[in-house]
Amino acid sequence: MSNYIKGLFHGIGSLLTGMKVTWKEYFTRKITEQYPENRATLKMNERFCGELSLVSGEDGEYKCIACGICQMNCPNNSIRIVSEMTEDPETGKKKKKLVKYEYDLGSCMFCHLCVNSCPHGAIEFTTEFEHAVFTRSKLVKTLNKK
Amino acid sequence: MFDFGIWTSWIHSQLTALMPEGLAIFLECVAIGICLLLMYVVIAIIMIYMERKVCAAFQCRLGPTRVGPWGSIQVICDVFKMLTKEIITVRHSDKFLYNLAPYLVILASVMAFACIPVSRGLEILDFNVGVLFFMAASSIGVVGILLAGWSSNNKFSLIGAMRSGAQMISYELSIGLSILTIIVLTDTMQFSEIVMRQADGWFIFKGHIPAVIAFIIYLIAGNAEVNRGPFDLPEAESELTAGYHTEYSGMHFGLFYVAEFVNLFIVSSIAATIFLGGWMPLHIPGLDGFNAVMDYIPGFVWFFAKALFVVWLLMWIKWTFPRLRIDQILTLEWKYLVPIGLVNLLLMVVVVVFKLHF
Repeated sequence: MSNYIKGLFHGIGSLLTGMKVTWKEYFTRKITEQYPENRATLKMNERFCGELSLVSGEDGEYKCIACGICQMNCPNNSIRIVSEMTEDPETGKKKKKLVKYEYDLGSCMFCHLCVNSCPHGAIEFTTEFEHAVFTRSKLVKTLNKK
Repeated sequence: MFDFGIWTSWIHSQLTALMPEGLAIFLECVAIGICLLLMYVVIAIIMIYMERKVCAAFQCRLGPTRVGPWGSIQVICDVFKMLTKEIITVRHSDKFLYNLAPYLVILASVMAFACIPVSRGLEILDFNVGVLFFMAASSIGVVGILLAGWSSNNKFSLIGAMRSGAQMISYELSIGLSILTIIVLTDTMQFSEIVMRQADGWFIFKGHIPAVIAFIIYLIAGNAEVNRGPFDLPEAESELTAGYHTEYSGMHFGLFYVAEFVNLFIVSSIAATIFLGGWMPLHIPGLDGFNAVMDYIPGFVWFFAKALFVVWLLMWIKWTFPRLRIDQILTLEWKYLVPIGLVNLLLMVVVVVFKLHF
């Protein structure tokens, strides 16, 4: 009998806990984004992967050293790097230089393997997400525009 | 309070002056029937819209926003979509019962709906055993649900219908006991009389402890009676697709759907009538100025405000708790609600006999 009454009040207590949670939820600000209307103020989460982009260093040049690790790591072959060997006029040392960083958004699966494997932190995903175009060829983008 | 009975008796006297009384009563019945069905549909639409909005708010969403201002025309569009859809008959089903079942459900719902006193003088079915009639009429619905499950020739439908039978018949007992508790206090079963006796305080205040317990039991049992979560076993989406109305399409499904939402409103409005005073404004004995101000708010506003408040309570419960298993549902009913209801009835008798109520 005492177990019965104890169980009854314990049950009511736990039900009230649940109701308190939903009561709070009822009055919190709703998280729904009304997309086309709030386009001007829309703020995407930092972690959202929109499209790949090259990071510039402090000197304004791209950090990319054209090592090709991202190209090797890409499971879908979405990245193609064209590089050339240049000679430093002062020291005479040979150095690889980036000519063209080609990125196919259409075949990218946003796995982050390229970003994770880059030794210089030279590439990152931006939160840009409005990618719709009329032909596939427009999705192949050259990232180094400078 | 404004008495709508003045209008209705004026209409009656005008009609009897023009034609024999039998014809006048027939015409009045037809007009009232049309008004009743119109109100039924409008309330179903309001309920569905409210359900979608309230559910969304509890889940931190916005709900329908696109069609009309704040999505207000969304449900009306859904109703028209439902009306234009094909009604499919399943092969090897019991055709007659299959087509009859949704009408039985809607019949029970409309008959129970007609019992609700909306405002003073706006009662449709109002006689001295009104509560009994309401209980009897609303329990016809389970026949419709059982028939729907049986005639669909589908195991999911049958399981859903059987569960629903077990659940609804069990919980009718608790509803009966909690209403009986209040009838002990009022000594009448006529809905209009029950409302009139609450002029000097609603029963939930007058009956204090036993009335509050009866109110909570009524809400739990009422929620189970209309097959809504956390007692939505008969249509448990994840296990039984849609339960007893799996095989229905078009407006036959629509009838089940509409009846479910109006049943929610009926249960809430009966709770509002019996416990919260129906159309009776909030009166506090002794404060005459306050009572006079409250009387300026029309009765039907009070009624709908209270009924929608109870609907909101039930939605809060639905969108908070997970679904119970069938054995848990029957345990809750037979081991908790019925004994507590019986003890509560006894407590109310003691309160009434020793005049401990207000």
